[in-house]
Amino acid sequence: MNLFAVFLLAVLVASFWRAPEKAPELFAVLPARDGHVGAIVVRGPGSEKVINEAYASVSINGSTQTNGSLSQAQVREMFGSTIEALPGSPASFTLYFLEGKDELTPESRSELDNVFSELKRRPLPDIVVIGHTDTVGSLEFNDKLSLARAERMREMLISLGLPAERIQAAGRGKRELLIQTEENVSEPRNRRVEISVR
Amino acid sequence: MRKALLVAAVLSVMAIPALAADVGLIKVSKGNVQIERNGAKVAAPVGASVQASDVIMTGADGSAGITFTDNSLVSVGPNTVFAIDKYRFDSTTHAGEFEGSLKKGRLAAISGKMVKASPESMKIRTPSAIMGVRGTEFVVQVDEEKK
Repeated sequence: MNLFAVFLLAVLVASFWRAPEKAPELFAVLPARDGHVGAIVVRGPGSEKVINEAYASVSINGSTQTNGSLSQAQVREMFGSTIEALPGSPASFTLYFLEGKDELTPESRSELDNVFSELKRRPLPDIVVIGHTDTVGSLEFNDKLSLARAERMREMLISLGLPAERIQAAGRGKRELLIQTEENVSEPRNRRVEISVR
Repeated sequence: MRKALLVAAVLSVMAIPALAADVGLIKVSKGNVQIERNGAKVAAPVGASVQASDVIMTGADGSAGITFTDNSLVSVGPNTVFAIDKYRFDSTTHAGEFEGSLKKGRLAAISGKMVKASPESMKIRTPSAIMGVRGTEFVVQVDEEKK
């Protein structure tokens, strides 16, 4: 029983240590900043491996694929300067519109100044304005209305002094409702633009 | 109102060719970072645009961070060669395709909107494997000494 446990530990330790040291190619999943753990699929010579646990890895050496796991220290040692170079996570803001129009609600209009000063704080902003609608009207009508809302917001940001070439606008129509509703429901919280900055 | 919408729609269609070429932006650039585009190498400081089919290269002291139009974040470490083989993203449907090759070096990435919409629309090739991305954060290393 004890011997078996020792053997198991030895096998585990061996698989942990060997993977990062010998392998010419290594793939690993890291937990995201919010703790979420995703998944990757590695299709290597002759086999396919899914990795979906934090710090789990696959290494490939010639035609051998080995499952393993990295310690946080190993990740820092191997990928420290790489991870440090990842750009900051994007921030986003939401402003609301009057029904059927590309005009902001009075509340959102007064909030625009705060959003603007947040956007201006970033040295090289990469701004995407995405317009949305509620479910009143056809898909086509709402695609156009959402784009008009986004374009209008883009113009406002430019007139406030943000560089035009740093702002893109797109419309999502009624494809991405904030509040799920039936068709043809007037819902103020769905009539919005999301301004995201990277 | 209708007319304004039509004008906005036409303008946005006209704007696409000018924007289509840029698929990302260098947000972090440390040490020696270069982009190879159409056979020519140019320095890649913060603010440089990244296009589909660019190759990002770093020296022994280099690292770089790139934001892509679907909010994917990709960074490369020292002594790295990373080629963007294909990149396409539709900001309305979130459909897209992102294929990159890590020839050597180190890469870290956080997937963006296209992977959220369709898992494995982002793929990273290495000399002996293809990795499909189903979600968020991961790292890849290709050792240079590989024979």
